[in-house]
Amino acid sequence: MMQTRRKLLQHSAAVAGMLAGVGLLPQTASASWNKAAFEAKNMAELVRAMGASAPTESKDVTITGPDIAENGAVVPVGCSTTLAGVKKLMILVEKNPNMLCAMFDVTDGVDGSFTTRVKMGQSSDVYAVAITTDNKVLFSRKEIKVTLGGCGG
Amino acid sequence: MADPMRIRAQVAGDKATVRVLMSHEMETGQRKDSAGKTIPAWFIQDVAATHNGKPVFAAQWGPAISKNPFLQFTVKGAKAGDKIAVTWVDNRGEKRTDEATVS
Repeated sequence: MMQTRRKLLQHSAAVAGMLAGVGLLPQTASASWNKAAFEAKNMAELVRAMGASAPTESKDVTITGPDIAENGAVVPVGCSTTLAGVKKLMILVEKNPNMLCAMFDVTDGVDGSFTTRVKMGQSSDVYAVAITTDNKVLFSRKEIKVTLGGCGG
Repeated sequence: MADPMRIRAQVAGDKATVRVLMSHEMETGQRKDSAGKTIPAWFIQDVAATHNGKPVFAAQWGPAISKNPFLQFTVKGAKAGDKIAVTWVDNRGEKRTDEATVS
């Protein structure tokens, strides 16, 4: 019991520290572009930047991609959801310098399914994250192994 | 001025699958040139699409999207002959719009 409590406290302190950093970031020139979200280094920062609640894993969100990517500069990745009431879908690469790759707005006019190509610096977990209209955060993950990184010069 | 996008929109049932290939450098701002200087970031930030003039799709991108980005999405209720227009804006404020007809 004490063990868990201590862990919990340590964790909250760490998260609080990161959040303080996010609040100090300068605003971007483009009004709609969420700079804090794109500069987030981990899931806690990102969720905070989006003003949403804690993430939970869900089967209703899917991430598609290769198991092994030969070239990290071009990795085809797709995200989709079957849920109604999703307002945003995001693609995240955990070990990139900034996690967030793309954020798609889901509207009535389009299906909740998008595909693009991302850069990956190294083998990493890739996440599809859905934010619902009531600010719930659902995600699914998949590991993609990269044989040649795509971030170096 | 940037090169035109290649847009293909194909009907599948009562939906249309739109595939877009953009021409953009997508520089991350993390790489260094041969002199050791950081190459400034240059990437597409906002992408939007309209279906017969009505906005249906919007996305925000970071520098982690690949060079010459590919994008696929599905527009509901699109028929052959409808117009799909796609616009992007990069972090230097440059923009480009291209239009395609659903087939």
